[in-house]
Order: sequence, then C-alpha cells, then structure tokens
Amino acid sequence: MKSQIADELECVKAKYPAERAALLPALYLAQRKYGWLSAEAMDEVSRELRVPKATVRGVATFYAMYRHKQVGRNVIQLCTNVSCMILGAERLVDIIREKYGVEPGGTSADGRFSLVIMECIGACGTAPAMLVNTDFHESLTQENIVTILEGYR
Amino acid sequence: MEKVLLANIDNPKSAEIGVYEASGGYDSLRKSLELAPDDIIETVKKANLRGRGGAGFPTGMKWMFASKDPKFPKYLVCNADEGEPGTFKDRPILEKNPHILIEGMAISGHALKAEFGYIYLRGEYPAAKGILEEAIRQAEAKGYIGDNMMGSGRNFKLAVHQGAGAYICGEETALIESLEGKKGHPRIKPPFPVNVGAWGMPTIVNNVETLSNMPFLMRVGPEAYAAIGSKECPGPKLFCVSGHVNKPGVYELPMGVTLREIIYDHCGGIKNGKTLKAVIPGGISTPVLPPDKIDCPMDFVNMPKHGSMLGSGAVIVMDESVCLVKVCLRALKFFEHESCGKCTPCRDGVSWLRQVLARIEGGEGRPGDIELLSEVAGNITGKTFCPLGDGAASVVLNFIKHFRDEFDMHIARKGCPIK
Ligand SMILES: Cc1cc2nc3c(=O)[nH]c(=O)nc-3n(C[C@H](O)[C@H](O)[C@H](O)COP(=O)(O)O)c2cc1C
Ligand code: FES
Repeated sequence: MKSQIADELECVKAKYPAERAALLPALYLAQRKYGWLSAEAMDEVSRELRVPKATVRGVATFYAMYRHKQVGRNVIQLCTNVSCMILGAERLVDIIREKYGVEPGGTSADGRFSLVIMECIGACGTAPAMLVNTDFHESLTQENIVTILEGYR
Repeated sequence: MEKVLLANIDNPKSAEIGVYEASGGYDSLRKSLELAPDDIIETVKKANLRGRGGAGFPTGMKWMFASKDPKFPKYLVCNADEGEPGTFKDRPILEKNPHILIEGMAISGHALKAEFGYIYLRGEYPAAKGILEEAIRQAEAKGYIGDNMMGSGRNFKLAVHQGAGAYICGEETALIESLEGKKGHPRIKPPFPVNVGAWGMPTIVNNVETLSNMPFLMRVGPEAYAAIGSKECPGPKLFCVSGHVNKPGVYELPMGVTLREIIYDHCGGIKNGKTLKAVIPGGISTPVLPPDKIDCPMDFVNMPKHGSMLGSGAVIVMDESVCLVKVCLRALKFFEHESCGKCTPCRDGVSWLRQVLARIEGGEGRPGDIELLSEVAGNITGKTFCPLGDGAASVVLNFIKHFRDEFDMHIARKGCPIK
C-alpha cells in the first residue's frame, strides 16, 4: 500500500542532498496527517525514508513539537518564560486550568483543548503570549484570554 | 538613523517583492554579482561586520576560513532558530521583510561560492514559514535567485528547513545535525563547520540579522557602514526590549547605544512610575546587571568590559516588584529543559542548580546553599561541549554576585521577602 505521506515527501526530499535530512519534515507531515505520532505513524516514516525505527523514534522524542499522544482539537501553547512570567503568565495558566479543566501537558475531558507550557515563543515585547494551533495571540490579560479561547471550539 | 533592517516595516505589504524592489531591493545583489567573491569578503572584513547571533564573531573572518577550504559544494545556512528567551528581533525580518534576508543570502552565497542555502527556521514561527517560502518563490520567478541568478552564470538555491522546538538547535553544530535529520546534539569543535559542516562539507552558519545587513553594506560600502555606531563594532543593530518598560518592542539603533538610552530614551522608561531593579541585556543567558551598571555601550566588544554580553540584543527589564530568585529559577528551569543531555556537567549540574534554587525560592533554603550554588556552577563552567551549560552557570553566578541579599533573605525568612 502506498503511504499517504509519500507524495509530499518526494518534494521535500528534493530539497536536500541526502534522504535522511527529510526526517524532521516527514515527522511533521505524519503529525499533520494523524494529529500525533503514533507508533504506526513513526513506522510509516521509517519505511518511507529507510531510516531504522529506533532512530526515527529517537529523533521524534528529542524535539518538543512532536506529539506522542493524542491531543485535543485545539492546542494552546502558552509561554511562561521570564518576559511572560513577570507580566503574569502564571495566572493565565491557572485561568485555563480552572475554566477548561486542563492541566499543563494534558487535554480537557471533552477533547477541546490541550495545554502545553512553552519556553519563549518570540513574542516577549507583547507578553504574555500564546500560540493556539498556529495562531499567535499576544498582550494577553486575565480578561481577553477567555474571549480568545472561546473562539476555538 | 535611517532604518535599514526594518525599512518599510510599517507598510502592510512590506513582505511583497514589489514593495521591496520599489525601494531599491535587489540592486545590491545585481551590483555584487559583478564583483569577484573574494572582493565581497574583503568588503565585509573592512566593514568590521560581526555576527548578530550572540557571539559577535567577525563575519569576514568566518567567511574567509570557509572560502579557503577547497571542498565543494559549500552550504550557507541562515540561523533563524531565535530561541534565546527574550529574543524576538529576527521575527520582524522573517515575517515582514523576508526579501532583505533573501537578497542578503544570495549576495553571501555568491561571496562564498555556495550554491545551496537553507533557512533553519524555528518551529514556533509557523507564519514565517509560509511568508518565506512565498518570498523565495517570488525571488526565483524574477530570476534573482535559482539557476543563473540575474544572468550571472551563478546559481543559488534556497529552501526553508523547519525546526521542531529545541533551543539547543540554535547552536550551530547542533543546528547542522538537525538539518541532517538527527537529534540536535552539538558536535565537538574542531573541526569547525566552515571546514566540516553539513554533510561533511564547508558550511557557513550566520544569523538572520547578520545576513540581512549585507544588501545595505554592499550598497553604501565598508567605510560608510563602519561609520555607524561603535568604532570597534559598528553597524545598525536590532534591540528587542521586553518587561517593565512603557514601550517594549524591536528597535533599530546604532551599535553602542547605551542600555540606559535604550530603556529611558527609546522605550519611555519604567512602567507605572516604578523603579528599575535589574536588566538582562542580551537574552536570558547573559549576565544580569543592576541599575547602576546600565551606562554600558551595547555592542559585542564593549559589553564584556562592563560585566555582561550583548548576546542577542534581547533586553529584559525588571522593576522593583520582581523576585529575582524566581527569575533565576525560571531561567534554570529553561536550561534544564533544553540541555540536550549529551554531557554530564550540563545535564546533571544544571538540574542540581535548579533543585537548589527551587528550594530557596520555596522557602526551604539551607544555610550554605548559596556557596553550594557557586560551587556547582563553578564545576560546570568550561567543562561542557557547548556554551549552554556555561550560560546556565553564569546566570546563577551573576544573579548571586549582584543580588546576593535577596537570596540570603529568602533563606533567612524562609520565603520571598517581596510578597
Ligand atoms: C545554546 C546556543 C543557542 C544559540 N541560539 C542561537 C539562535 O537562536 N540564533 C542564532 O543566530 N545563533 C544562536 N547561537 C549562536 C550560533 O551558535 C552561531 O554562533 C551563530 O548562528 C553564528 O551566526 P553569526 O556569526 O551571524 O552570529 C546559539 C549558540 C548557543 C551556544
Ligand atoms: S518570554 Fe514569552 S514570548 Fe518570549
């Protein structure tokens, strides 16, 4: 059976002098397709790139942005590094926890939100900041964060 | 000062190639393609351009090493990993002025006889990926890059490689490993990447801002460039200011502007009329400074003489309400999380520092803990594969050096005296 990520992977491979370099992009492709990197998804990447399974797994677990369990429909990535922390990011973690019943690293029971605590996401001048899926939200306050999150179902 | 790196930034269409061309964009590339590669390297040396990624290494010298290596192909890699906490200076270039980077890379590629370029972009900048890829397509369609750039007979292929959330991949050898599809473990140096880099070939890694200086530098020439800002370390520089100032943001100012000028003249001083307590001048890995040490010229040569470093130009300003033990602990949590785990002094030492800081912050500090911190930090310094461990140790040592009282008080009063 032809792998679902094979076609896109061909374009990606062409960018590099060695096939192995396509491993990070391939993991992204698999993650986009399946929502997270299950053992099957990683095995598929291993077959496509002819890289040993254990190597694929080693690389996939090294990087923070690859997900190794099912995530919610929306992923909140909230920064708590220094510039965000001194402007109140910790309180925002509490608000999300209380309002949506989701712990850092976890997913709400209804599958609506996963919460990931991030290191700096490059929005320190408009701290505190978060990414929801791939959208930046900056200059967060205890009030506007709920309004923003209500926009994600 | 005329804005160079942030030119057009207020134009909502600044990322489009037409807007860039209208203000002279790609003229420098046209001019540079008529020059011999070595002449461009000479120009960069004369201009005294230093790398903006954190270490301030002289760019012309790095390029000369790479250029002298007889192996081909050579690779030019733009470091757009921007992971140093507090840093958000490359983001406006990547998202709003992508063509200045592409033109800069094409000029640099010509100078280095590198036909392949990669932009190693951090995974946390998803919007920038689309913007850069579109800008590359536009530049290729116009014949500025790709095969036979502007009819010069030279080729330059450019692609974006997306990182996946690992701070250590900002370190150039870890970045190269990651580009090759591996874990981001730093390599032992030497050999240096300029000789043995990506896929074993000479590889030049430069920061986004460094490469983006090239169109302007080639347009005005080395003398005019070197006349901007500090004599020892000239040029325009991006400073990204966060924390308790009235006007945080990214500022383009001459190298050598003082920290005081940045905070009070450009950023409107401390918010809500409070007083300044501490500043981290160049991203979280650089030594913290107390308020009486902010008359330092912000450049790579002078900052070390004033007890800190320019780093990434990320100025984090903290007012009197901030608990510095907590800030130090948060910084160490970051380093512990981001240590790649390859070498023991960094992996175990940083974790140990974090644990001791956590108990001090939590009100369970013991007499002798500060000496313990100093000792552990001292045993990390100089004993690690890459500067991540050194950075973590120096953060702790400098917080203690300037703000020892606050640590003592946490231990004596079994908790934070500020609360
Ligand atoms: C732990 C660590 C993280 C780094 N992160 C970055 C980064 O995010 N961006 C960057 O340009 N340089 C970073 N550097 C510096 C690079 O290793 C390298 O010196 C730089 O990209 C060279 O470019 P330049 O000469 O133009 O400054 C980092 C270094 C270390 C040790
Ligand atoms: S510290 Fe939060 S975005 Fe930089």
